[in-house]
Amino acid sequence: MKRYSAFAVAREALRYHSGWERAWASPEPKPHYDVIIVGAGGHGLATAYYLGKNFGITNVAVIEKGWLGGGNTGRNTTIIRSNYLQDPSAAIYEKARSLYEDMSQDLNYNVMFSPRGVIMLAQTEHEVRGYKRTAHANMLQGVTTEWINPQRVKELVPIINLEGPRYPVLGGLWQARGGTARHDAVAWGYARACSAMGMDIIQKCEVTGVRTEAGRVVGVDTTKGAIDCDKLGMVVAGNCSDLSQMAGFRLPVESVALQALVSEPIKPCMDVVVMANTVHGYMSQSDKGEMVIGGGTDGFNNYTQRGSFHHIEETVRALNETFPMVSRLKMLRQWGGIVDVTGDRSPIISSTPVKNCFVNCGWGTGGFKAIPGSGWAMAQLMATGHSYLAEEFTMTRFKEGKFIDESVAAGVAH
Amino acid sequence: MLILECPYCGVKAEETELQAGGEAHLKRFGPGSSDDDFHDYLFMRENPKGVHFERWRHVNGCGKWFHAARCTVTLEVFGTYTAQTSTPPQALLDAISEKRPGWTWREFADASTSHNGEEVAD
Repeated sequence: MKRYSAFAVAREALRYHSGWERAWASPEPKPHYDVIIVGAGGHGLATAYYLGKNFGITNVAVIEKGWLGGGNTGRNTTIIRSNYLQDPSAAIYEKARSLYEDMSQDLNYNVMFSPRGVIMLAQTEHEVRGYKRTAHANMLQGVTTEWINPQRVKELVPIINLEGPRYPVLGGLWQARGGTARHDAVAWGYARACSAMGMDIIQKCEVTGVRTEAGRVVGVDTTKGAIDCDKLGMVVAGNCSDLSQMAGFRLPVESVALQALVSEPIKPCMDVVVMANTVHGYMSQSDKGEMVIGGGTDGFNNYTQRGSFHHIEETVRALNETFPMVSRLKMLRQWGGIVDVTGDRSPIISSTPVKNCFVNCGWGTGGFKAIPGSGWAMAQLMATGHSYLAEEFTMTRFKEGKFIDESVAAGVAH
Repeated sequence: MLILECPYCGVKAEETELQAGGEAHLKRFGPGSSDDDFHDYLFMRENPKGVHFERWRHVNGCGKWFHAARCTVTLEVFGTYTAQTSTPPQALLDAISEKRPGWTWREFADASTSHNGEEVAD
């Protein structure tokens, strides 16, 4: 792999850019790998990357049915924050956020991490109490957040309307070191680094079966033939129920559509990320000038990667009150992704009833921010059988009543 | 946008008139049941790629709960039926079999391949 640098740009400028290499190879699958990761999204590629970087395991294949980063990694609103209420969540999301800080240097790939700050608006008395509680919890967890008053919100977000008739802004939870990153670049950067370590990223290769012998996994059947492996990692978000059934176990998740939209590009008007959880809308401005707006999930199981139209209307209507200027914007694009939601809205990073088969799923509506931390924990779990970050995120926690309950903790949008 | 016909008032209602209510025909396990049954009743839900049976409520209409059979991949609605049953009507099952040969969902399945249906109901 040739390194990207200012020198490389200058060198290529002098020879008609003829020296750039392909960022990653597209090999045919080998008959056997030490580890197969199913799903070449952010979480899957990050898992492979940290398997190589932290544990020296490089005989790894990452199998993807579509194209790399084409699922939820390419469909989110790119927000990065770690202001969660529960300790296990704060630990893994803060690990992820801190890894984002030097990811561009680590991967030698510009992921455009922009720690511009994230505000979660409190628009009801319940949220005021909830966010103050979260701020206190974050203080104990070592996550830097602070409760700010409406005047400070207005300073940070001049376009906001504090005096909404239904949902006035009563303050906010401010995480100055949260922000956004370029979502595609995260997948591409990891893919390039994995490929450079000798790992195979095999796209357009769908897993059609999981082969087991005496309760342990021995390989997968794919549209490109059977591939053997010693260990298998399932990192396929909305499709995890389908894949786990091939391996013979069930997961406590349901797949629903979550959608987002962007406006036409406009001049810079908001340089932070704002989340308004009461009205189910969140917004940031991309480097291109588009207002990136995230909405809510549909209430029914869905694999179509598109959401219901009326949710767009609800999301935009809700934002109109808090951001009156949104009503003058034309919307450019809308899309949906299939997210896998668990009962307590926390992920599953776990061993499974099938030996040597591990699962990383259930990130629901907030997986992008967790990509490096999730990959870090999953790699550790797969390499050593134990991860301090993933300890609480087992698939059996529901039976034991050990929920990591973010669904009523008001720390998460939906 | 989904359009479901309410089996009570006969209105063809679209999504904003309805509330999704999750998996249909759940069997309740309470005190006295095994831990596994209780866990599955509370947390395990069918999440099929294909034929699915669900509960819906005509919330901005007659207010009544009913059942619907739907495909989660195409959003095709196979039909709706009343809430006062623990089994989908045979005519509906036959109609689904015609459109999705070999389908299975919990203990229900395409009648012509029903021997496969036993395996998936764990």
